[in-house]
Amino acid sequence: MSTVVPRGFTVDRDDGRAVLPGNLHTNRKISQWLDFSQPGLVHVFTGKVELGQGILTALSIVAADELDVGLHQVHMVSASTLEGPDEGMTSSSISVQDSGSAIRHACAEVRFFAIQRAAEMHGISVDGVRIAEGRFSGPTGLVLGDYWHFLKGFNLHREYEGLSSPKPASQLKLHGRGKVRRIDLPEKIMGQARFIHDLRLPGMRHGRVLRTPSVSAQLTDAQQPVPASVLEPWSKLSVQCVVDGRFIGITAATERDAEAALALLGQQVRWTETTSLPDIHGLADFLRNAPHDTNFPIQKGEALAAEGVSLARDYLKPYIAHASIGLCCALAQWDGQCLQVWTHSQGIQNLRDDLTKALGLTKEAIVMRHVEGAGCYGHNGADDVAFDAALLAMAQPGEPVRVVWSRADELSQAPLGSAHLVSLRARLTDDGRISHWHHELWANGYSSRPGRSVVPTLLGASQRALGQPIPLAINPPLAAGGGSDRNAVPGYSFENTHAVNHRLTVMPIRTSAMRALGAFANVFAIESFMDELAHLSGQDPLQFRQLHMTDPRSLAVLDAVVNRSTWWHQQREEGVGHGLAWARYKNTSAWCAVLARVQAGETLRVLNLDVAVDVGRVVDLDGVINQTEGGALQGMSWTLKEAVQFDRTRITTQSWADYPILRFSEVPQLSIHVLDQPDQPSMGAGESVQGPVAGALGNALFNALGVRVRQLPLSQDHILQALNEPT
Amino acid sequence: MQAFMFTLNSKPIAMDLPEKTALLSMLRNELGLSGPKLGCGEGECGACMVLVNGKPQTSCNLPLWAVQGQEVTTLEGLGQDGRPHALQQAFIDENAGQCGYCLSGILISASALLRQNPLPTRAQICQALDTHLCRCGAHERIIRAVQRAAKTEGLS
Repeated sequence: MSTVVPRGFTVDRDDGRAVLPGNLHTNRKISQWLDFSQPGLVHVFTGKVELGQGILTALSIVAADELDVGLHQVHMVSASTLEGPDEGMTSSSISVQDSGSAIRHACAEVRFFAIQRAAEMHGISVDGVRIAEGRFSGPTGLVLGDYWHFLKGFNLHREYEGLSSPKPASQLKLHGRGKVRRIDLPEKIMGQARFIHDLRLPGMRHGRVLRTPSVSAQLTDAQQPVPASVLEPWSKLSVQCVVDGRFIGITAATERDAEAALALLGQQVRWTETTSLPDIHGLADFLRNAPHDTNFPIQKGEALAAEGVSLARDYLKPYIAHASIGLCCALAQWDGQCLQVWTHSQGIQNLRDDLTKALGLTKEAIVMRHVEGAGCYGHNGADDVAFDAALLAMAQPGEPVRVVWSRADELSQAPLGSAHLVSLRARLTDDGRISHWHHELWANGYSSRPGRSVVPTLLGASQRALGQPIPLAINPPLAAGGGSDRNAVPGYSFENTHAVNHRLTVMPIRTSAMRALGAFANVFAIESFMDELAHLSGQDPLQFRQLHMTDPRSLAVLDAVVNRSTWWHQQREEGVGHGLAWARYKNTSAWCAVLARVQAGETLRVLNLDVAVDVGRVVDLDGVINQTEGGALQGMSWTLKEAVQFDRTRITTQSWADYPILRFSEVPQLSIHVLDQPDQPSMGAGESVQGPVAGALGNALFNALGVRVRQLPLSQDHILQALNEPT
Repeated sequence: MQAFMFTLNSKPIAMDLPEKTALLSMLRNELGLSGPKLGCGEGECGACMVLVNGKPQTSCNLPLWAVQGQEVTTLEGLGQDGRPHALQQAFIDENAGQCGYCLSGILISASALLRQNPLPTRAQICQALDTHLCRCGAHERIIRAVQRAAKTEGLS
């Protein structure tokens, strides 16, 4: 068995080799990214995967623009361990930066080679060569040939050398303009088989896994968990049962037989449960008092002494669920030597690493292929279900096995976004400026993704007889954007700023990465608190923020959203509230400012969300708008509606009825403003907006009702609770 | 086992299956369709929506006996002769989706709406789609695509 070294959160560029752009650094050969062997088509390989965010489309624009080929001539090939680059995870809104940059530079180099060859063969200067739609012409318009002609026999299996810089922004024709049709959507809209759920392999069996009803549940009868009276008739029906510790799975020839067998298992298998979960009504106390370790994201200037505090407030975010509309699904096939896995994981390489550890196979014995799943917003059950399929397939050599989770599993077995408590304190000077700021937070780690620990983080692996418990969720280092402390450092220039991050060292509820990680809770808290401080000192919330801001792009994004709003400057109507918030995601990535307009009647109704974003150079304009719209609406859903429910034993959120999310009738008017910066580096667009949306909504609610709700979601219950509390 | 006969996308279907079998299960397994999607199995998300005699119904919790002799239309039956339905074209043109998993059901409900009300208001579109969940937050462009399809249809 090969030893697999745990992977880091970022690419290690300090490895003694010449630093190359983006993920070219770790995938240095041009042939890992580009292939011109099929006339008329450029195959562009990426290790990044389509999660619904439109990354394949954005990367195709990068390649088409740099090469001067048509979009229809670009064929994107997504992650597989058989070919293309190893780019680790598709997460953290860095795909355009890391994969895009690599593809851009690889294309620039190939373009350089092709132009040189064209010029040599035709005895003209390289400056005289023009390219359009992949076809080359000379100074007089003379047709010279095309990429496929000039690259014939040319070996792209060579390391990138940086022989030519990518084009300047002014020469990019597709970047940031108009609407490019998404590569993957037409097939999905036409009902063609494109999702992993639509993949049907010959002879495929259907697998299901009986999950433990609670995280600490033990089999009441570990010797004979499934009664013989159940197993015997099954052997005649070709239903196979795999029991390994607390992992109980079945495979059957048809999906309905598998479902029926699972239902029977659910009735027959007895569990002994313990009360291991925190009190949901005392979540803040649980977080504050749980064992933890501590780090300090910023310690600038003086610490704030207790007697100097002008205002102190606590803000709480509950556990939230991924709640994708599709179910986690995977296929696996084992021929006795090689395991093939089809997965919608965010990181096929990380997942393969954990499969080697869990199954005792070498990396070479496992082939992974990414197949698109339903929307992915972080570390959901995609990796877990792939392990389930692998284990069941290995019990049944030869036949492929497909496993699908249930809706209840989606909501109660997949990792959740951690509950998160933020305690903020500040000191105001006599002239209404903030001199001291103190941010203290308590949360579980925001990552227990596969591949980063010596122990696999796969649910099923932890439930086997010899399985090890799932490691505690950790936090990415601040250099990689941080985890629970993501955006704990405020985007304001206070003279004295301190942040303290307590990561829980117990994990009664499994947590991992969910979109924006800690930024959602931290920005909600910071932007609510800024509003409270403005109110306390009798200042306008916008001007109060601007007083403490120095970064020009931060100010610009806030100005843009205010100046372009059609309603912000209007007189407020009765019962209507306006709120604003902003943040720079991870303090190093995209800037985002949000205005919210709400109507507070019997229910809180959101009328408008105006959003301005600065993601640097825009690659796919409609993609940026789509991600920002979607992020705003998902962030609004988290803010207003969502909290996973549990008692002291079990997660009780099991169905959509238990976990309402945003519906069509609740969608506000959205205005998205994209501030294109063609000469600045591109940054991801998927995660900048959720925190500011939460802050703006809380502030708008306060503006409408005069009541400050500091516990998410901003539900009717919490509003009423806040109304009845002395402020 | 019982023989069930109904019309699927204008073609007659006959199948011997237990009467409680969910329509979706048969559509995806025995008939190999990919349009209707399983999202919850409880009729709560709308991903599996089909038309039964022109009326949207979730197929994940619809037993076969309930469609005996009825006309069932799935996403595959919306367009004709391989040509996209006006709604499908509008959704493609608007990039109206992110992951696209909810779209099959939404297209089905939208087609029923447009048949009943060729020029719906925004509020009417939202009402018609309110039983559908979209987690990616593509609602705004989905609404826009339905409006676009209504306009194109109105012009043709």
